[in-house]
Amino acid sequence: MAKLTINEDACKGCSLCTRVCPKHILELNREKLNAKGYHPIHCINMDECIGCASCARMCPDVVFTVER
Amino acid sequence: MAVVFEKTKMLTDVPFHYCPGCTHGIAHRLLAEAIEELGKEDEAIGVAPVGCAVFAYNYFNCDMMEAAHGRAPAVATGIKRVHPDKLVFTYQGDGDLASIGTAEIIHAAARGEKITTIFINNAIYGMTGGQMAPTTLEGQVTTTSPYGRKKEHCGLPIKMSEIIATLDGAAYVERVSMHDVPNIIKAKNAIKKALQYQIAGKGFSFIELLSTCPTNWGMTPADALEWLKDNMIPYYPLGVKKEVEL
Ligand SMILES: Cc1ncc(C[n+]2csc(CCOP(=O)(O)OP(=O)(O)O)c2C)c(N)n1
Ligand code: SF4
Ligand code: SF4
Ligand code: SF4
Ligand SMILES: [Mg+2]
Repeated sequence: MAKLTINEDACKGCSLCTRVCPKHILELNREKLNAKGYHPIHCINMDECIGCASCARMCPDVVFTVER
Repeated sequence: MAVVFEKTKMLTDVPFHYCPGCTHGIAHRLLAEAIEELGKEDEAIGVAPVGCAVFAYNYFNCDMMEAAHGRAPAVATGIKRVHPDKLVFTYQGDGDLASIGTAEIIHAAARGEKITTIFINNAIYGMTGGQMAPTTLEGQVTTTSPYGRKKEHCGLPIKMSEIIATLDGAAYVERVSMHDVPNIIKAKNAIKKALQYQIAGKGFSFIELLSTCPTNWGMTPADALEWLKDNMIPYYPLGVKKEVEL
């Protein structure tokens, strides 16, 4: 069991996190724009998250908090 | 559940102004986490450069000074000599450190100043619109080398870590990369080690982080990381270039 908290407004939609997630559960949310005007990242299947924090380590804008 | 990752308190709440996918943000976080993990939050004093990281003083949650272009090592020298008990770092780009500030960095290292320099090598002048830097690779296209950097005209790129490692005052010198998660973890360990050399009073410490500038390289952030891996690492080999006994 893991929990991902996403600071949506800090996301710049660079997609670097999506490349490093071993579960491929991170995607840009094309339905949404954040305060900066980017499509923010969202998790499409929280149940699969293993809390490895690879996304958090790759993200240049410190968007993620990870609990496990 | 336990927190396995959260934003370090050594970073302020101010959002980074960097372009999407720019590795300056990763480098800031690694340095901030290293300071926090060493328990030196209240001792740290940083010197910001001129370059895209000019606003670094807004992001690090410690005292910061802004230096004139390339002069951060001279400013840090003054701070450290007045406050020898503080943990003093400079954060500088390749235009700042390897071009206009070459004299300052070489002599700070030669004098063995007990400061730590974080050197962001993105092979370009990012802030001013992508001009050629001394670190720009042979053949690399920039706004001032539109046909690619030519050896006959500009020589080959300067390897700053190797130069610094030749100087007696340098205690710890390592080149690292930020192109994937394992290397990002290694990069933080390198920064931490460099700070430990300063804390132990061993001399000058220097970490070069191979970095990207997706905007001026004209690539997506992901392609820029691949380009770094395929082109920069062969020319700028990773690893420890100098290490005195700690
Ligand atoms: C004395 C002086 N000369 C030139 C400039 C213009 N200038 C600003 S930033 C910069 C280069 C920055 O490149 P780098 O240090 O590589 O930082 P980056 O933006 O790539 O992180 C230059 C030449 C200046 N601000 N001051
Ligand atoms: S913590 Fe790991 S598994 Fe979960 S979203 Fe991030 S990278 Fe994917
Ligand atoms: S790496 Fe960070 S800024 Fe980039 S898309 Fe993922 S969450 Fe957003
Ligand atoms: S111009 Fe380049 S170095 Fe500067 S913030 Fe943008 S991507 Fe980063
Ligand atoms: Mg640069």
